[in-house]
Amino acid sequence: MTDTTLTLDRNTSQPILIRERKSGQHWLWLLLAGAYLALPAIGNEYWLNAIVVPFLILSLAGIGLNILTGYAGQTSLGSGGFMAVGAFATYAFLLHLQLTFPVALFLGGVIAALVGFLFGLPSAKIKGFYLMVTSLAAQFFLEWLFLKVPWFYNYSSSATISAPRLDAFGINLSNSLGKYYLVLTVVAVLTWVAVNLVRSQTGRNWMAVRDMDTAAAVAGIRINHSKILAFAISSFYLGVAGALWTFAYLGSAGVQSFGLSRSFQILFIIIIGGLGSISGCFIGAAFISLLPLALDVIAQTLFAGRVDAGLLQNIQKAIFGALIIWFLIKEPDGMARLISNWRSRLSIWPLRF
Amino acid sequence: MTLFLETLIGGLLAGTMYSLVAIGFVLIYKASGVFNFAQGSILLFSALLFVTLLEAGIPFALALIPTIAAIAIMAVLIEWWVLRPLTNRSAMTLFMATLGLSYVVEGVAQGAMGANVHALDIGIPDLPIFVGDLLISQFDLVAAITAIVLVAILALIFDRTRIGISLRAVADDTRAALSVGINLNRIWQIVWTVAGITGLVAGLLWGARQGVQFSLSLVVLKALPVLIIGGFTSIFGAIIGGLIVGASENLAEAYIGPYIGGGITSWFAYFLALLFLFIRPTGIFGERTIQRV
Repeated sequence: MTDTTLTLDRNTSQPILIRERKSGQHWLWLLLAGAYLALPAIGNEYWLNAIVVPFLILSLAGIGLNILTGYAGQTSLGSGGFMAVGAFATYAFLLHLQLTFPVALFLGGVIAALVGFLFGLPSAKIKGFYLMVTSLAAQFFLEWLFLKVPWFYNYSSSATISAPRLDAFGINLSNSLGKYYLVLTVVAVLTWVAVNLVRSQTGRNWMAVRDMDTAAAVAGIRINHSKILAFAISSFYLGVAGALWTFAYLGSAGVQSFGLSRSFQILFIIIIGGLGSISGCFIGAAFISLLPLALDVIAQTLFAGRVDAGLLQNIQKAIFGALIIWFLIKEPDGMARLISNWRSRLSIWPLRF
Repeated sequence: MTLFLETLIGGLLAGTMYSLVAIGFVLIYKASGVFNFAQGSILLFSALLFVTLLEAGIPFALALIPTIAAIAIMAVLIEWWVLRPLTNRSAMTLFMATLGLSYVVEGVAQGAMGANVHALDIGIPDLPIFVGDLLISQFDLVAAITAIVLVAILALIFDRTRIGISLRAVADDTRAALSVGINLNRIWQIVWTVAGITGLVAGLLWGARQGVQFSLSLVVLKALPVLIIGGFTSIFGAIIGGLIVGASENLAEAYIGPYIGGGITSWFAYFLALLFLFIRPTGIFGERTIQRV
């Protein structure tokens, strides 16, 4: 990830110039190569399917919400609902049009974007808490819709959907390695798009609207257009994440997988990871997927199974809540900022000027 | 016609429960500008604590004292650890902090007192009675009367006591209140305690109906549309909003529900609130806020 830093240049006469730090980029390529080649070789199937795949999908969902909340400044509690739209729309394309999975996935995302566009329309008139009502209306209505209208889950008695087949242009992806590569590729491509998007004019418009909408309007930015675009693109990401969550991670899922608690989970990912940071989504998602595991290990070693699962879940809940409050107080920019602070401190260590 | 009236009255009475929860929101919002998402989990916590004490054999009136004390302690801790460090931050940040707070309170409440459903008997028979030829739930009637009494007590406190007057001063103009020497932090603690107690009342009534359990905390989700309709800053608005939501929800479920599959109460209130937002964004009794550049 490149980020722009303001540095004092002591050698030239210009006092301040904006320098692009590109040093991180080759690390990124290395990481990607590692994810493609090394990880499947060293990680066992459990790790890939139960930890890495959900982590990647949650990161993608985090990017979706971060575009809306972190960049465009519109709070939403409807992420779960939009994920459900993506999942059920992809299912419909797979089932009725017999499309290959990547195409169905893309179209599912487009449908989610349309629904997001629709529920984003009120953002032209209202903001803040009031806008949250719109997103909650979307969440509850969509949950109800995908439960009450049996057409969406093809009249199955369990009200769940599962992919008829998982293939990309003839390549079978239904084994665990195939699912992993599918998720990794989709997440890598969409992350690359998101990184460029938030640095483009569109992304800068979003940030201007977030920071002060009146000033943005004065500067000639079409605020409503920007906000609604953010809703649509955010929903596209969430929809794709929802479809992957259903077909590549869970295998079969009902609308219960996309309830309000999912929306909260995604929101927590971006608060912990960092509002307005793409890398923060990955950090937050890693944190939220690894913390339960870590707590489990600690409980096992310290109390040797005397702590029951229900209590552990409640402890985990309390810790998440406390962390949210702690981050909001101490580091509103999340772990992404914490890590970049450490990095810049390390880069001048031990000779601070 | 009888069916219509019964549905309407049933809805109105259920709406008083929403009102009770919404009043807690309004109190906190007026005094500290926080939209307190944790109201639902505080309600769950206090009801759960009360029921646990009852089950331990402590009589009803005596169990109230430690419960209210616990609410007060919680209010002070919240003020210390959450509100004070977040002073002057954006309303959205504060809201997200209360979201985290709700997780903490729920986790602690359920971790310490279990996640089982507790039956709660507060001595009100849940039998329907006939008023004329209308069938009305006696329990709902008692709940409604409790709500009215509670609001009357609150109104008296706000009107007559020193604390109440300083509360109103803070709500009116925080800076002016500070400059005349009102201790803002103390006011916050008191307001959160009072809101917690209204939550306790709502939690006990609601818990007597359907058992004290986790789903109690979800009542917070109904309070949001109630506040949008009634206005964020008016207690009277919260009551009217609760009644409107309760009645229309019940009517919609009875008359529209059968045609589109039922179960529409989960989202109906939100669509009603959206409708209100476009017609009257400040709610029926909300103060008109003017945004200037």
